[in-house]
Amino acid sequence: MNPRRKKRLLITSSLIVGLSVAIGLTLFALQQNIDLFYTPDEIINGKNETGIKPEVGQRLRVGGMVLNGSVQRDPESLKVSFDLIDNKAGQVTVYFDGILPDLFREGQGIVAQGVLKSRNAIDAFEVLAKHDEEYMPPEVADALKGMDHLKTQQSN
Amino acid sequence: MLPEIGQFSLILACILSLLQTVYPLYGVHTGHQGAIRSAKIFTILQFVAVATSFVILSYSFLINDFTIGYIATNSNSALPWYYRLSAVWGAHEGSLLLWVFLLSTWSIAVALMSKRLPIESVARVLAVLGLLAFGFYLFVILTSNPFDRTLPYFPIDGRDLNPLLQDFGLVIHPPMLYMGYVGFSVAFAFAIAALLEGRLDSAWAKWSRPWTMAAWMFLTVGIALGSWWAYYELGWGGWWFWDPVENASFMPWLAGTALIHSLAVSEKRGVFKSWTVLLALSAFSLSLLGTFLVRSGVLVSVHAFASDPTRGLFILGFLVLVIGGSLLLYAIQASKVKSRGRYQLVSRESVLLINNILLIAALIVVLLGTLLPLVHKEIGLGSISIGEPFFNRMFTIIIVPFALFVGVGSLFRWKRQQLNDLKKPLTMILILSVLSTIVFLFTFAPSLTWLAVMGTFLGFWIIVGVIYEIYLRSTHRHSFSKGVMKLGNSHWAMSFGHFGLAVMIIGITMTQNYSIEKDVKLAVGQHIAFEHYDFHFDQVKPHNGQNYTATVGVFTVKKDQKTIAVMEAEKRIYTVQRMPMTEAAINAGFTRDLYIAMGEMLPDGAWAVRIYYKPFIRWIWLGPLLMAFGGLLMLCDRRYRSKKDNVVDSENKPAPAGGADA
Repeated sequence: MNPRRKKRLLITSSLIVGLSVAIGLTLFALQQNIDLFYTPDEIINGKNETGIKPEVGQRLRVGGMVLNGSVQRDPESLKVSFDLIDNKAGQVTVYFDGILPDLFREGQGIVAQGVLKSRNAIDAFEVLAKHDEEYMPPEVADALKGMDHLKTQQSN
Repeated sequence: MLPEIGQFSLILACILSLLQTVYPLYGVHTGHQGAIRSAKIFTILQFVAVATSFVILSYSFLINDFTIGYIATNSNSALPWYYRLSAVWGAHEGSLLLWVFLLSTWSIAVALMSKRLPIESVARVLAVLGLLAFGFYLFVILTSNPFDRTLPYFPIDGRDLNPLLQDFGLVIHPPMLYMGYVGFSVAFAFAIAALLEGRLDSAWAKWSRPWTMAAWMFLTVGIALGSWWAYYELGWGGWWFWDPVENASFMPWLAGTALIHSLAVSEKRGVFKSWTVLLALSAFSLSLLGTFLVRSGVLVSVHAFASDPTRGLFILGFLVLVIGGSLLLYAIQASKVKSRGRYQLVSRESVLLINNILLIAALIVVLLGTLLPLVHKEIGLGSISIGEPFFNRMFTIIIVPFALFVGVGSLFRWKRQQLNDLKKPLTMILILSVLSTIVFLFTFAPSLTWLAVMGTFLGFWIIVGVIYEIYLRSTHRHSFSKGVMKLGNSHWAMSFGHFGLAVMIIGITMTQNYSIEKDVKLAVGQHIAFEHYDFHFDQVKPHNGQNYTATVGVFTVKKDQKTIAVMEAEKRIYTVQRMPMTEAAINAGFTRDLYIAMGEMLPDGAWAVRIYYKPFIRWIWLGPLLMAFGGLLMLCDRRYRSKKDNVVDSENKPAPAGGADA
C-alpha cells in the first residue's frame, strides 16, 4: 500500500471505530435516562398505548391533580406527601422531601419526577407545578380533561 | 392611528424585502448594473420601514395603549417604564418583530460595511437575507400580528407582563440571544451566495469570518445571560437545566463554535471549505429549528408563549424550505469546491478537525436529547423525558478529549508537525498543570472526587497551555516583553477564547462537585450552620413594591463568628396576575456565592428555606464573557478594518510556519 492509501485507511477505520463507540455510549446513556410519563391510572392499570405497567424501582414521571385534603406534612421536617388523581380511576401517593414549588396547590395539576416505590406510591425528587395561570404541561392537561366537574364536586 | 401606521410599514417592509431579493438576483443574472445596485437601497428602505414599525410598538407600550391586544395582554399601567419597554419582546408577537428588526439591522450592516467586496457578491448576500426576511415578515403579518386591535371594547388596564420576565436580565437576554441567532443568517447568506456563484475561495472565508464571529459573540453573551437569569430568578439555584429551549440556543452555539474555527482554517489554509459551508448552513438552520421549537408550542417550558398550530405549521414549512433548499443547493454545488491545500496527519489542521468533530458530536447529543421526546410522542409511544444525567454524562465524556486538544492545539504547526518537537512543551504543560491543580484543590476543595480532579486538571491544562503558547510565540524572535507586544489581535482573541473556556470548566467543576444545598425548615429565631457559615433567621417583614407585595425574610450570615452579610430573601405576590414569585437573596463572591430562597410558609408558621453554598459559580459566566471578549478582539483586528485590501488567495502563499492564530 502506498502511504496515502495507508493514511486514508487509518483515518477511515479510526473514524468508524470512534463513531461506533460514540453511538454505543450514547444509546447506553440514553437508555438509562429515559423517563416515561404516566398518569396515576396508567401506573395502576398500565399505559394506554401499550398496556405496560411500570415496575417498582423504575424512574418515571407522573402527572395529575393534587387531591383536595390529601397534603400531609411532617411537623419536624420538610417531608410531605399528597395524592394524585386523574380523570380515570387512578390514585397514587407521592412522597417528597423538599420545597414545593410556588404554584403548588391542592386541586391543581402538577408533575412529579421520581422512583416508583410500591404499586401506588412514588418517591419524588422533583415536583413541578405550572409556571403561571395559562401554562399546563400537555400531558397533565390530557390526564385531567373533563375534570372540572370532579373538582367542583369535591370542593362542595 | 399610530398602530395602523406601524402595521402598514410592516407590510411595506415585507414588500421591500421581496424586492430586495428579486431585483439584485435579476441584476446579477443579466448583468444589469442598476438592479445590482438596488440591493443596498432596498435594504436601507426595508430597515427604515421595519424600524418605524418597531419604534411605534415600543412607543405604544410606553403610553399604555391598551387598544392593542398584544399590549393589553402583556403590559400594565403599574409596570415601571423600563419593563414596559422590554415587554415589547415579552411574548410571541413582539419577539418576532424584534427578530425581523434585528435581521434587518444585520442586513443594513452588511450593506453599509462591505465596501471592499465585489458588488455582485454583496447583492447576492443581501438578496438571500431579503428572502429570509420575507419569510419572517409573512409569518408575522399572517399569523402573529402585534398590532391587532381590541377595539371597540378595549380593556382599561392590561393583564401585566409575566412576573418572571420583570427583571433586568430579561431586558437584555432576548435581544442578545436574537442578535446571535439572527446573526448566523449573515454567515448563511454568505455561504448561499458563494454556492450560487459557484466560487468558494479563501476570500469568501475571510469576508464571512468577522460576521460569524460577531454573531457568535452575541450568542455567547446571550446564553450566559440566560443562565445567570435562571440562577437568580427561578429560585432553584441551578444554572443550566438542559431544558429543551436552552438546548435550542445551545445547538447553534456549538455549530457556530465549530464554524468560527473551521472558517479560520479555510481562510488561512484553503482547506475544509465544503465542511465550512455545511457548518454555516447548519448554524442558521439550527437557529431556525430553535425558533420553531420555542414558538410552535411543541415544547412546554418557561419560554413557551402560546401554542397555536398554524404558527407551528408555518415555521415548520419555512424550516423545511430553508434547510431543504440550502442542502439541495449544497448537494449540487459542493462538488465544485476543491480544497487544494495539503496537510499531514499530525498538523494543526487535523487538531482543528478533531475538535470540530467533537463539537458536532456534542451537537448531536443535544439534538438527540431534545428531539427524541418529540418523536417518541409523535409515533405513539407515549411521552418521555430525557433526564439531566444523560446530557451530563455525555458532556463529561466529550469534554475530556476536547479540552486536551484545546490546551495544546495552538502549539501544532500548520501543514505538518514533528511530534518530537512537541515532547518538551507537552511535558512542561503537563507538569505545570498538575501542580496548579494540586495547589488549587488544596486551597479550595474540602474533599476530593475523581470528577473534581479531572475537571480542574482540564481547566488548568488549557490555562497553562495558553500561557505557555503565548510565551513561546513571544520569545520566538524577540525578548518576551517585546515579543508579547507584537502578538496580533487575533492571537489574543484565540487565547482569551480558550482561557474563557478553561475558566468555565473550572467553575462548572467546582459548582457541581462542592455545592452544598440545604432545604430546611426554619422558624424566626432559629439558625443553621455548615462550612464555617452560620445562617440566622432574624425576622419576617412585609414590603410593598410598585406592582407587587412581598414578604421578606431577613437572615444574618456569620462566618467564624463574624457577621459577613445580612441577606433579604423575598416572596413576592404580583398584584395583577396574583402570581407568587421567589426573589432569592444572593451574596456573590469571586470564589463562592451564598444563596437563600424562601419556600413556602408551613402551617405552623415556620418557613421552608433553601440555603445554598455555591463555590466558583461566578466563573461559569465569567468564562463566556472572556470568550466573547476574545471575539471582540478579533473583530478589532486590523485585517478586517483596513479599507484598502486585495483579495488574498492564501492557497498561493507559502504556509506561515506555525501561523499566528486559528
